[in-house]
Amino acid sequence: MTALAKIPRSNEYVGAEVPLVPSSVEEVRQGHSMSVTVENLAKDFGQTAALHGVSLEIAGGELLALVGPSGSGKTTLLRLIAGLDFPSSGRVLFGNEDASRTSVQERNVGFVFQSYALFRHMTVFENVAFGLRVRPRGLRPSGSEIRERVMNLLELVQLQGLDQRFPGQLSGGQRQRVAFARALAIEPRVLLLDEPFGALDAKVRKGLRRWLREIHDRTGHTTVFVTHDQEEALELADRIAVMSQGRIEQVGTPDEIYDRPSSPFVFDFIGDSSALPVVVENGRVNLDDRILSIDAKGQPDGPATLFFRPNHVRLAGQEGGALVGLVSGSRRHGDARRLELEVGMARHRFEIDVPADVDLPKRARVAVQVTNWRLFPA
Amino acid sequence: MSTLAIASWRRPSIIPGFGLTLGFTLTYLSLIVLIPIIALVLRTTALSWQEYWAIASSARVAAALRLSFGAALIGAAINAVFGLIVAWVLVRYEFPGKRVLDAIVDLPFALPTAVAGIALTAIFDKNGWIGQLLAPLGIQVAYTWLGVVVALTFIGLPFVVRTLQPVIVEIDREIEEAAASLGADRWHAVVKVIMPTLLPALLTGFVLALARGIGEYGSVVFIAGNIPYRTEIAPLLIVIRLTEFDYAGATAVATLMLAISFVMFLTINLIQAWARRRYGYV
Amino acid sequence: MSDVALAAPPVWRAPTTEARPVKLGLIVIALLFLGLFLVIPLMVVFVEALRGGLGAFAAALGDQDTFASIELTLLVAAIAVPANLVFGVAAAWAIAKYEFRGKTVLTTLIDLPFSVSPVIAGLIYVIMFGSQGYFGPWLKGHGVQIIFAVPGIVLATIFVTFPFVARELIPLMQEQGTQDEEAAVSLGASGLQTFLRVTLPNVKWGLMYGVLLCNARAMGEFGAVSVVSGHIRGQTNTMPLQIEILYNDYQWVAAFAVASLLALLALLTLVVKSALEWLFGHELANGSR
Repeated sequence: MTALAKIPRSNEYVGAEVPLVPSSVEEVRQGHSMSVTVENLAKDFGQTAALHGVSLEIAGGELLALVGPSGSGKTTLLRLIAGLDFPSSGRVLFGNEDASRTSVQERNVGFVFQSYALFRHMTVFENVAFGLRVRPRGLRPSGSEIRERVMNLLELVQLQGLDQRFPGQLSGGQRQRVAFARALAIEPRVLLLDEPFGALDAKVRKGLRRWLREIHDRTGHTTVFVTHDQEEALELADRIAVMSQGRIEQVGTPDEIYDRPSSPFVFDFIGDSSALPVVVENGRVNLDDRILSIDAKGQPDGPATLFFRPNHVRLAGQEGGALVGLVSGSRRHGDARRLELEVGMARHRFEIDVPADVDLPKRARVAVQVTNWRLFPA
Repeated sequence: MSTLAIASWRRPSIIPGFGLTLGFTLTYLSLIVLIPIIALVLRTTALSWQEYWAIASSARVAAALRLSFGAALIGAAINAVFGLIVAWVLVRYEFPGKRVLDAIVDLPFALPTAVAGIALTAIFDKNGWIGQLLAPLGIQVAYTWLGVVVALTFIGLPFVVRTLQPVIVEIDREIEEAAASLGADRWHAVVKVIMPTLLPALLTGFVLALARGIGEYGSVVFIAGNIPYRTEIAPLLIVIRLTEFDYAGATAVATLMLAISFVMFLTINLIQAWARRRYGYV
Repeated sequence: MSDVALAAPPVWRAPTTEARPVKLGLIVIALLFLGLFLVIPLMVVFVEALRGGLGAFAAALGDQDTFASIELTLLVAAIAVPANLVFGVAAAWAIAKYEFRGKTVLTTLIDLPFSVSPVIAGLIYVIMFGSQGYFGPWLKGHGVQIIFAVPGIVLATIFVTFPFVARELIPLMQEQGTQDEEAAVSLGASGLQTFLRVTLPNVKWGLMYGVLLCNARAMGEFGAVSVVSGHIRGQTNTMPLQIEILYNDYQWVAAFAVASLLALLALLTLVVKSALEWLFGHELANGSR
């Protein structure tokens, strides 16, 4: 909280709905930790529906990730929360207040665009100060106040000394941080980030992820960020909402999402996974007429898909019910070796991780027991 | 053709025809453009500096240059303001007949200047379509410097519009959304964020219209009235000197005009270089 | 680009557009401005030309001097346009297909006639070939008349329409690069064959566009031609000059009748230009004027 502690207090702005300069740290937390509720939000673009009646509750102060493949509607949802687009139906609430009738200017959200959208004709300083300078006279801080706040922010994002540069003279990572500082300057109720690290190379991305988490912990803003990178979401977020084709598939903590995925899509999208078509009969699982030692009691009979992760297997001993396949490919995967196996007449493929020193030639026979799995009816 | 002998100033290529095409190009260029221009310059140097200065600073020449330059400036300024609006409307809005309007913006470019000249005169003459509306108000357009401004506004119209249109198309909508998300109302977003990005193109269009207006002849001589010292434009003065066989006088005025045009285009290039440096784009 | 706010709740307006009243206001201003400066002048030409009815219109065009001016205009265009076409192609070829020093200078020189006042364009030829010009006495001695005769008019027209074709072709051919031509040559084609079979088809729309503009300017040029022509009725008057003569003789209808022909040509040029842009926009280089 050091950066904010430097911002001077002032009670000048009587009448402002959200006090610009909070008079205590508690108010700061409250101002920034506005909860956001999305109620049955739908959006159509002509004939195509980008969002189908999505509902979501975002707690104040939490860092939530919207993850999904392109076309899943995550950016659409973000833009609807911001007010950059209008919903076909449903509404958005900030706290208890229905924001649907307000324009984006009025919502006081901090939006960071994927391409940063920095004002190229303005210096870094002018970019960050912009939101404060365009405030109507009554709500505008004085010149020296603006200056102090901007400099504090630049220090927060570690860009001190670059205030007189133009965006064209900065690196991608630096521009990202300017965009961030600019959004923070207006003391937003919610921070919305659209694929914030998408355009950066891997190393820079990793560093910035850590930095984002730190900033969030220090300032406590309610933050929603959109990403297609599930690893990033797992690493950063307090909670994750997995989206697909305009719907939210599952919302939960990273542990819940990773360990207890509630649908085939989530299982497949988050983390590595293998999937095999099986048939459930009387609580037993058959793969091509071979019974596997998987307890399916409680599962409905019929065709299903068996999901498991490559590292949730162990090489089988002599016991029956093992999953047997022939090696069709092998590659190094970090510390382990990832084997690609084929099973059955239809040659279904699945992957397992084995210790790196286990070396098996092609067409070698491998038997494994799955230690952790999910079954979803087909 | 020996490529080896001239390899120092050109990169050899396997495509034949270099010598032929370049040779023809240079010959044609020299005959039609270079030699006559050099002849003009030579002719001027036949005058001593004193004679040149006497002609250049004579009252009549000064009045003509003032009129040509001044009216072109006003016309270009009008085009800058309204051309910006037209360009914005044509790019950003949809309305019936937009395509047709977009096409006829090029009319001043395609229409012969004499046709434009008599048409504008007919409109703004005392009995003309608009002239008769203005006469009772005491405003006379035809045969005054106002008429010159009208003609030059017509001539320069496409320059500003066509220079601005591609730049407006290129504006990144996200920039506008960013400004709005930061709390700026539409007025501030347009003035503080969009306008500055259009400024280099606007300036370029302005200077292009200005340069065209200074040298314009055909569309102006009909509506101007051509009274020496009052409504006589510089190009007309050149023509008059020629009919008097005063080649020296004609070339003096001509080289003055050429020098001014040169400065104009130098300015454009400087503007564009500055914009590139400051904004990273033009 | 369309107004999405129409479907939204009345309060919401897209952050990237203006309020409805502002939009309407701007559209009205733009329409008034264009109407005043473009539409009305165009209408005036045709209204005044037909003021005496079709009979007077036809009679005006059939007048001997006027008819001669039409013939002369067509003749001048028929010489100037092909000449500049050949030049434009040659210059574009030399500039686009090879690398050599001095290219920028060359391109700037080609643009020169654009920045020169038309009167000066005529002046330079008078300086060269006029009776008091550098070659004046020599020409007189050999009985050759350039100034105050058709050759002078042709020269002046060539000068002012000089850059049109080149300016269209140069960026276009530069964009297309040299790979196609190099491929053709490596397969054994001669220079001419390469040009005819490979280059030409690629640039044909840009070429047509340039020729169109060149022609419109060639037929409509006034200032430069006025200086060199001598205004000899029936002999050295092009259509624009004839317009001036008729106008100064107070023959309004006749003047506008000739003007309307040129205006029709201008409209035709605009129509074809729009059609070409609409159909082949991506192929035409965006050369600035």
